[in-house]
Amino acid sequence: MMRKTGAEIVWEMLRREGVEVVFGIPGGGIMHTYHPRRDYGIHHVLVRHEQSAAHAADGYARASGRVGVAIATSGPGATNLVTGIATAMMDSSPIVCITGQVGTSVLGTDAFQEADITGITLPITKHNYLVTDVDELAATIHDAFRIARSGRPGPVLIDLPSDVQRAETEFVPPKGATTYTPRPLPTPGAEAIERAVELIDRAHRPVVLAGRGVLLSGAVDELAAFADKTDTPVAVTLLGKGAFSPSHRRYLGMMGMHGHPAANHAIQEADLLIALGMRFDDRVIGNPTMYALQARKIHIDIDAAELNKVIPIDVAVHSDLRPALAEITDRVRPKRHEEWVDRTERWRAQSRAHDLLRHRPNGALPAPHIVHEIFAATGGEAVIVTDVGQNQMWAAQYYATECARPFVSSGGLGTMGFGLPAAIGAQLARPDDEVWAIVGDGGFQMSLHELATLVQEDLPVRIALINNHCLGMVRQWQTMFYDGRHEATDLVNPDFVRLADAYGIEAHRAAGLDAARTAIADARRHRGPVLVEFEVVREGEPSHVYPMVPAGAALDAMIHRSPTAAGSTLEGPPWTER
Amino acid sequence: MDRTLIATVADRPGVLNRVASLFRRRAFNIESLTVGHTERTGISRMTIVVDGRRTDAGKVAQNLEKLVDVIDVEDITDRPAVLHDLALIKVRISSREARSEILRIADSFQARLVDMCPRTAMLEIAGSERKIDTVVEALRAHGVLEMVRTGRVAMVRGEVGSGDGASSPVTPCKSGTEEGGNPWQG
Repeated sequence: MMRKTGAEIVWEMLRREGVEVVFGIPGGGIMHTYHPRRDYGIHHVLVRHEQSAAHAADGYARASGRVGVAIATSGPGATNLVTGIATAMMDSSPIVCITGQVGTSVLGTDAFQEADITGITLPITKHNYLVTDVDELAATIHDAFRIARSGRPGPVLIDLPSDVQRAETEFVPPKGATTYTPRPLPTPGAEAIERAVELIDRAHRPVVLAGRGVLLSGAVDELAAFADKTDTPVAVTLLGKGAFSPSHRRYLGMMGMHGHPAANHAIQEADLLIALGMRFDDRVIGNPTMYALQARKIHIDIDAAELNKVIPIDVAVHSDLRPALAEITDRVRPKRHEEWVDRTERWRAQSRAHDLLRHRPNGALPAPHIVHEIFAATGGEAVIVTDVGQNQMWAAQYYATECARPFVSSGGLGTMGFGLPAAIGAQLARPDDEVWAIVGDGGFQMSLHELATLVQEDLPVRIALINNHCLGMVRQWQTMFYDGRHEATDLVNPDFVRLADAYGIEAHRAAGLDAARTAIADARRHRGPVLVEFEVVREGEPSHVYPMVPAGAALDAMIHRSPTAAGSTLEGPPWTER
Repeated sequence: MDRTLIATVADRPGVLNRVASLFRRRAFNIESLTVGHTERTGISRMTIVVDGRRTDAGKVAQNLEKLVDVIDVEDITDRPAVLHDLALIKVRISSREARSEILRIADSFQARLVDMCPRTAMLEIAGSERKIDTVVEALRAHGVLEMVRTGRVAMVRGEVGSGDGASSPVTPCKSGTEEGGNPWQG
């Protein structure tokens, strides 16, 4: 028998869960917990704002497939986590947040740095706990990890009053299920599989919609096998990037508001959609009343509440994706859809005429070229972490993420400021991999204080700062839909190179294509953190993300960039997303 | 049409808050919600009535089942069940005639007289919501001063109750059906 304090139990349990690194900031309400940390050999990354602790834990989780851990003090420390927790919730990312709390004797008295964080995070956590008895602490942490990673993953918060951190008890390692038994993973019902197989066998123009669930379920190989056997083209969601090989002939690219025309046209023309671990987000479907009207729909998801939520489904399969897809693949007849796949290739070919990559830039660069150069240099194998906005869409469109490689992006919540801290987490999860944070000047300034963390941890994150001196996505909407009135979107920025330099980070500014190539090559060679600022076009068509489905329009009613004039074109390499 | 859901939940602090928060967040329209202890320690039971025209009861059940503290949810609307409401009604007694009339109403509806003062009487009525509505209507002429209703509580008839899985066979008793029979009988 071992006597341990609550604080020691925290680290003991984290160690038993295999946690190697946590992200956080200490404060009065969590100091007891910090005190014994070094005795347990768990690395602590001191971030500069608690929101970054949650994003970094999230980035760590997405890049590793393991549970990320964030720690914050009571009151403002805890409330600062909120945006990061909501981000993780929307994108089904497993994180455990541990917050300090005022002592149980003063709970509810508006004590110094008291905030009702379990109340505040109720709707944005999968579950949360206020631990008032040290004897329940070990089991609570044990359960929290199981809840975070089981089924559809998500964030769990544990609120720890200071006296519970200090209290001593006999430490009894929890075994098996304690207060919480994860529900068994749902398996497909025989009848649903039967009906799905029937629809797939009868289909002439099928399309797979692959979401993050493919990656979470570990069904990448099963998806490839299904697509091969049934000759079905595959479109991916933003978070489904990496679910299917971009070099595959049947790969359609990303679907949705800024999706690839081949994906959006195929969805609207399909006679069968096979939706796998995705949730028909409004950014993915366009106008729901005009969505894929010719198509029967099969939807497989681990979360029953997602089935028939926004789009009526013909065959809803409530199941963990991998066994369901494996069984379906086993039972469907092999098919060839030559004509259909040819048609998707024609859409792909047509869209090349609008591709900005074919336009040889003179002067300021359009951002897609930068993403493309990073792609060309890294061969789709880098871990890409994006911020939110235009930079995110360009990264998604022009970085053809290789199969099962991480593409880390805040999809559901669309959290600006996510990129840099999430890249810190991703780099710690994959110390040997090349991590690129692709960020815009707007979002970067929401978390640029984490440059200090990068230096303190000496992490070789490469930051590609796409600087158009404005909040580009909002400005694009203002140009297109708000009479060109640019309200509150122009930014007067600092000198980012000098700023990075002040933090002790190697930094370069690149204008023009050749300078960009050199800067990217230099950044890849550099050991340690590096920032490259790319000056990009701010006005006119090359400054906009295209294609675009305007709000309320059908998915194939895309606004395209004007075709590039003949003679001024570079031939777009066939293996990019475009 | 109303749908009746029975949720068995862990009897832990905050569980009602989690359920209520879910309804608010998902904009579910709830007609009534009752919570109480069950035959098992540590397990509470909620009876939730959903307006089926405005809110998809299936979605309510699926979302409830995602809550860690929720053990099981079942829609018992289409199963033979006893659906009961309980009301306390305080009525004004304006005259001797009114008093005997109120007692007569109470008697014919099997309402219990639980308090009698010179100017007021308190009746307790259990039964279907329709029955209670009818009693309230009958008493209204005398002046209903105060009323409280618990909202619907429900239990499936027969040997296999709710929470044992919807696919299990149900053996209904032969004692008639609640809603199909005489609404005056409770």
